[in-house]
Amino acid sequence: MRIVVCTKQVPDTEAQVKVSPDGRSIEETGITFIMNPYDEFAVEEAIQIRERGEAGTTVTLVTMGPERTEEVLRRGLAMGADAAVRVWDDSLAEADSGVTAEVLCAVARRLGFDLILCGRVAIDDAAAQVGLRLAEKLGIPHGNAVTKLDVEDGKLIARCEIEGGVEVRELPLPALVTAQKGLNAPRYPAIPAVMKARRVEIALFSPAELGLDQSAAASRQSRILTLEPPPARAAGRMIDGDPAEAARSLAHLLRDEAKVI
Amino acid sequence: MSATSGIMVIGEVRESALTGVTLESLSEARRLAQAVGGEVCVALIGEGVASLAATAGRYGAVKAYVVDGAELGVYRSGPFTDAAMACIGAAGPRAVLVPNSGNGREIASRCAVRLSGGVVNDVTALKAGAVGLLAAHPCFGGLVIAEKESLSDPQIYTVRPNSFARTETGGEAVVVPLAADFTPSGLLARVVEVINERAGAVNLEEAAVVVSGGRGMGGPEQFAILEKLAGVLGGAVGASRAAVDAGWRAQIAQVGQTGKTVSPKLYIACGISGSIQHKAGMQTSDLIVAVNKDPEAPIFGFANFGIVGDLHEIIPALTEELRKRQA
Repeated sequence: MRIVVCTKQVPDTEAQVKVSPDGRSIEETGITFIMNPYDEFAVEEAIQIRERGEAGTTVTLVTMGPERTEEVLRRGLAMGADAAVRVWDDSLAEADSGVTAEVLCAVARRLGFDLILCGRVAIDDAAAQVGLRLAEKLGIPHGNAVTKLDVEDGKLIARCEIEGGVEVRELPLPALVTAQKGLNAPRYPAIPAVMKARRVEIALFSPAELGLDQSAAASRQSRILTLEPPPARAAGRMIDGDPAEAARSLAHLLRDEAKVI
Repeated sequence: MSATSGIMVIGEVRESALTGVTLESLSEARRLAQAVGGEVCVALIGEGVASLAATAGRYGAVKAYVVDGAELGVYRSGPFTDAAMACIGAAGPRAVLVPNSGNGREIASRCAVRLSGGVVNDVTALKAGAVGLLAAHPCFGGLVIAEKESLSDPQIYTVRPNSFARTETGGEAVVVPLAADFTPSGLLARVVEVINERAGAVNLEEAAVVVSGGRGMGGPEQFAILEKLAGVLGGAVGASRAAVDAGWRAQIAQVGQTGKTVSPKLYIACGISGSIQHKAGMQTSDLIVAVNKDPEAPIFGFANFGIVGDLHEIIPALTEELRKRQA
């Protein structure tokens, strides 16, 4: 089985993200970048499927981004992926989800695939579209926000998180799955694996080499106008007293002053 | 000049009723329709959903495009996308609003590919732009609010629950029945089972009141006091990552950067320190209350009301106080 995993490099969850002076991007200085946590679940799942599955299963990682994003590919290789592909040229600098999905679609077709794994959402732009768009472009079914995945007899059984519950979907292969927290516990690569991953050659494609013309890369359909910090929430009022008094004061404040209940 | 006009809301049906976020989207669409030009309409997709046109009408829809069929009895992204495309094609809206639920995002993204369209997901505010609508979208773990624009015609936005007021205007929607051609490949996926794991009267994402517990709860059985409080308030129970990772609550209840984003009228954080990851999932709540025994907990830095003390005493006392007042 050929498994393709789409990954993205994002600022660390602990990063103090600040808006750049241009007001349309974030300040990269001082930011530590990591593999998007949901993509890590996707990589781990792909490796586990290979470990327990049919012989000849391959796991290929894909990312779209500048040179620094090779770090996430090397991380995934150290976790156990077989190969990695990066796509980039400067025309992709302001790509939106639609353009990204188009690029990944071209890569997936180039590589060939039976299963595509993505993260449910990237924690930076929080667009939550690329996986779903990719499934539609490829004309394949998908499972979204998957917390358990079984592969059997050419189909997937995917537990998908939905509002207020879980939906179990049966998806014939080829199919696409977006990974949700809870799917697995991603492994920490051992040092020798990290060293070995440093030496793996990562294939680099430009959009043109994938058969996408420059206008395709520039054909974004959404854009950021401004980025701003959210309105600051100031510290409010502290309520004193023993538990009974404090509870009484709070009930009064919620009901009669703030009128939220 | 665009030939498209008006705003279409893709209705979301749960337990035979339109979801709250559908009514909120209709209300907001009605407020914005004048700026965009044209009227508000709704797409109703499912089996036996035509009767919901009356509700949609009361919240501002003038027309209800209805695709009704046995293939749509259970939600599946393929046929629902086909049906939504039929509605969009018939109405020709300038903008499409979709509930920002898992299913809503699936429909929005899949329709967008077919329309060569741009989507902005999870919007918390909308306003009229030079053409069409502009949206506010919290990103980077809620540390940044992006103003984003869908550049396509129609524009597509998915709407975060509890972001807009529900306003009944008492109108009526004319029903327009439509047929959809279902793409064969879209029918390949099969729903084997739907399991309800809801804790409380309402879904976490849509609840007007959320009571969440963290490490300070001390154990899984202690969440019973939060369930009682949520019960009195008609709310839902959430949890911090620490409580979920400790195995005290299900993953589905996690609020924060790697969990759910909620935006209730009232968020009560119990024994939650208030890390930036947790803040990301609840900072658009209207009012935040924190109960924590540590006076230095970061959550007191952004809560509207704070109580330093033992939540195991304060929460039952609060529940009792509210119950008394309700009686």
